Amino acid sequence: MQELISRIKALLADKTVDRVLGWKAGDMPYNPEPAYFETEEDLKDFVYDGFCGANLSKYMIEASKLEGKTLVCLKPCDTYSFNQLIKEHRVDREKAYIIGVGCKGKLDIDKIKAQGIKGIKSISGAEIDGAADTLKIDTMYGEKTCSYADAMLERCHVCKGKEHMIYDEIIGESKDTADGNRFDEVAKIEAMSPEEKFAFFQKELSKCIRCNACRNVCPACSCRKCVFDSNKFDSAQKANVVSFEEKMFHIIRAFHVAGRCTDCGECSRVCPQGIPLHLFNRKFIKDINAFYGDYQAGADVDAKAPLTNFTFDDIEPGERG
Amino acid sequence: MQRIGVFVCHCGSNIAATVDVKKVVELIKLEPGVVHAEDYQYMCSEAGQEKIAVAIREKGLTGIVVCSCSPRMHEATFRKAAEKAGINPYMVEIANIREQCSWIHKDMEEATKKAVILARAAVAKVNLNAPLKPGESLVTKRALVIGGGIAGIQTALDIADAGYEVDIVEKTPSIGGRMSQLDKTFPTLDCSACILTPKMVDAAAHEKINIYTYSEVEKVSGFVGDFTVDIRKKARYVDMDKCTGCGVCQEKCPSKKAPSEFNRGLNKRSAIYTPFAQAIPNVPVIDADYCVKLKTGKCGLCEKVCQAGAIDYTQKDEIITQKYGAIVVATGFDVIKLDKYDEYAYSQSKDVITSLELERIMNAAGPTKGHLERLSDGKAPKNIVFIQCVGSRCSDNRGKSYCSKICCMYTAKHAMLIRDKYPDVNVTVFYIDVRTPGKNFDEFYRRAVEEYGVNYIKGQVGKVLPQPDGQLLVQGVDLIDNKQIKMEADMVVLAAAIEPESSVRKIATMLTASIDTNNFLTEAHPKLRPVESPTAGVFLSGVCQGPKDIPETVAQAGAAAVKVVGLLAKDKLLTNPCTAKPDELLCNGCSTCANVCPYGAISYEDKLINDHGIRETRRVASVNSALCQGCGACTVACPSGCMDLQGFSNRQIIAEVDAICR
Amino acid sequence: MSIKENEEFRPKIVAFCCNWCSYAGADLAGSSRLGYPADVKIIRVPCSCRVNPMFILRAFEKGADGVIICGCHPGDCHYSTGNYYARRRMTLLFSLLDYVGVEKGRTRVEWVSAAEGVKFSATMNEFVEKIRSLGKNVRLEDLRCRN
Repeated sequence: MQELISRIKALLADKTVDRVLGWKAGDMPYNPEPAYFETEEDLKDFVYDGFCGANLSKYMIEASKLEGKTLVCLKPCDTYSFNQLIKEHRVDREKAYIIGVGCKGKLDIDKIKAQGIKGIKSISGAEIDGAADTLKIDTMYGEKTCSYADAMLERCHVCKGKEHMIYDEIIGESKDTADGNRFDEVAKIEAMSPEEKFAFFQKELSKCIRCNACRNVCPACSCRKCVFDSNKFDSAQKANVVSFEEKMFHIIRAFHVAGRCTDCGECSRVCPQGIPLHLFNRKFIKDINAFYGDYQAGADVDAKAPLTNFTFDDIEPGERG
Repeated sequence: MQRIGVFVCHCGSNIAATVDVKKVVELIKLEPGVVHAEDYQYMCSEAGQEKIAVAIREKGLTGIVVCSCSPRMHEATFRKAAEKAGINPYMVEIANIREQCSWIHKDMEEATKKAVILARAAVAKVNLNAPLKPGESLVTKRALVIGGGIAGIQTALDIADAGYEVDIVEKTPSIGGRMSQLDKTFPTLDCSACILTPKMVDAAAHEKINIYTYSEVEKVSGFVGDFTVDIRKKARYVDMDKCTGCGVCQEKCPSKKAPSEFNRGLNKRSAIYTPFAQAIPNVPVIDADYCVKLKTGKCGLCEKVCQAGAIDYTQKDEIITQKYGAIVVATGFDVIKLDKYDEYAYSQSKDVITSLELERIMNAAGPTKGHLERLSDGKAPKNIVFIQCVGSRCSDNRGKSYCSKICCMYTAKHAMLIRDKYPDVNVTVFYIDVRTPGKNFDEFYRRAVEEYGVNYIKGQVGKVLPQPDGQLLVQGVDLIDNKQIKMEADMVVLAAAIEPESSVRKIATMLTASIDTNNFLTEAHPKLRPVESPTAGVFLSGVCQGPKDIPETVAQAGAAAVKVVGLLAKDKLLTNPCTAKPDELLCNGCSTCANVCPYGAISYEDKLINDHGIRETRRVASVNSALCQGCGACTVACPSGCMDLQGFSNRQIIAEVDAICR
Repeated sequence: MSIKENEEFRPKIVAFCCNWCSYAGADLAGSSRLGYPADVKIIRVPCSCRVNPMFILRAFEKGADGVIICGCHPGDCHYSTGNYYARRRMTLLFSLLDYVGVEKGRTRVEWVSAAEGVKFSATMNEFVEKIRSLGKNVRLEDLRCRN
């Protein structure tokens, strides 16, 4: 982290960049949050560790409108989102100075807590520089340990890879943390009976409190105004709109990001109700790969997106293997 | 809220017999926005239209719903009526309670219930309609005719005679088409070339007609009144300006192994060739697949013998880009491939031929110089069997379900000509039905039977078996006498089905003209607009629209020309106002919509936007309404719902959905 | 097909038909008097690519038991490419609906040309039959229950 901070300071000092988009420490040792830094003074709060899961690429939409360049720290998986935003003309590459930051998997505090670790005071081993594969957690009830891998976010177990897709420079090393297949969960659901599938999703979706955290964090959900907030689709009665939104929000959201979702996993990470929202997006990704050939949104800015493309002999709706 | 008037048509008894129109009127009056409802016997009649006008005046209507036949039938009629009465024509919606209700349901209660729901959906839509204004576009006063057969030639001549420029694009080296391959024509038996050649000459000589032979349409963009077409002039390797048409090159060409397309591959031609003696233009082309010089660099004989110095081996394909106001498709037909009809031994015996091949054999300029002889051994045949409906009226998927229409008549012609010239030859025709509607057609067929003694057998041939001695054993059935028939023949002639020329698919795709399952181009209306494609500015001439004989083709060619002239006579056209329209405040500038637009109608511009007081320059979509055809692909691609389709807006369709599901 | 009033489940079915092929095919079914149950109500759209998944979900949410989209055959789209996009969109949407447990068969895409009145009628008869066998659609309405 020191190397990163001194490089950031240098870039600020020589006016290469006007501000920095990174993370600052939160009120707990495990909840850093995205923040702008404009001076060396501000940078004292800068933090980058295993809990910095937030994907900063979406913030670049607003930062692209600001004067001068913004330095943005992007993890390998975040760069896919950034590329996708370039493809959609939502961010200005010229306005960004991208430091590809190293990543060895991001941590999920809920997974740590799920191991019965409570009253957390501090956590060590989450630093990026260290090669520790165990977290040491100082709690009100004494020191606990937890393996790094066991505390990782689901998405890191199916990591897309340690390569940055776009950057100006890279600081820190990254690790390929994948130890699972990202479509396993989807396949498990696909294998269920319609009744089981329905029961599963009904249970999950019924938890939704429509807080819009998924929508707000999603780099693909970057519409100026969400269709659910505009009157573009309603038909006179407000009551209809609410009920429609209540029931169909997640399906429509998933459809709107189909072919654009990079599978960054932020939706599931931020959901306060713990709904595995990525299961919708992954289903689309799995289908797209199976029906139209492998496609990774954000890997190639110039590739034709699956839903704005076709072949003459595409599979027919309803047919699937 | 709109003030909506609902008009329920009885359509005589077409609707009123199944739908309780009074009940529909009564119930629809309860809908929000409806201030007037009435029923009438024929809404499309002048009196019916007057009822709309009166209600507009007296009740101050702002929107109209007509519950009647399909909007494809009378939407335009009612829009005009509304416009005349002073409201915007796009404030009219049709509830289709005839085709979609009264004609398909028997139970009155049920049909009435459905009619009310359909009317409600239309009312819900009209409530959200907005006045639309068509744009204007200029008309390029030039027509393109694709195909230089009799259909294309006639269309071009008629358009040119009306004073407009016409280009004919013909893919073969000469105009003339299928008709030039025919020997005689029914029912008058005049020689095909004698009546066609003067027309070809007329077309070539006409100052308003420009002919591109050996050329193909490569790309079409634009829309009615303003098409831009790329035409590929294939390399001829002969300078059209220098060539005198003397023909020496063709005589001297050492490569004479190419199958003659004109003679259906029955004989060979040289690598440098004109397809036939009367070809227009009388300028040969070099077939690069067979030319020794082009293949190996050696030879060059034609260049040496050409006194005009017209041979140019370095010629390249050339793309000509031209603007047109109207396009006529006259791509014609071919006979089907017979590989699925092996029971007739077409592939096994040279003496089993198609009728078109027989035309060439009978023709003085054909492979046998007009002598009727077997292609296998050159002997004169004594017994000839004709088999009708090979691939036509087919119930399985080997052939075509339709009747090819011309075969009965040309077979009668062939039979008659053979019996006339070779009275000792026995001619038998196996047929399913003999269909001879047309002026002097049935008389013609009867002459074949009664005067020329052609033996017509109602029945099908199951198999043609080539015998070791070269004879053909024909096994068939006589349905009238109900008996099996076996007969020996020296020659079997198959009336193979005709199908649209294979290139038509590609052309239809370029023109976005619809095509049916048999590759025939679809007409805008099967009865009332038979020479227009549903795609505005595209017209149909000849067999590309459906099987027809020469007089019908010529008549249709003239009709298509009149439609073209009617279009070109206008200086401006009104464009469809049901186009896509972005809401700049919501546009993300993501370009997704532009990626699915088939017309390149969406572009992006950086524009100063005032978003509720926040002024900023944003990248926003902009739709060229002259290019937009209103498909709506962009509206679904757009995730924010910023792109909407006027006349079929998101809210309108959702209102219809709600009304139906209520 | 004979239908006994009030005796059996009468589904609500929305059919989106493209103006150029399928709507004309429906007209042809009408003028050929090829019947299909009155449960089917047609909404005319310019092209199958105009059908937004929002419309389909809206129909289900408002109580539709089945939704069918009809367009020109691939290759025959009046707008040349519209049905290809529609095909991809609907393939993915239907697959997702299946994934959340909405019965297969409540959604369908069929390519019907202007000449295929027979096919239009047969398709609608078949589809209605299918929806009747599936019964009332409850799943999409209840996908997210608030208890």
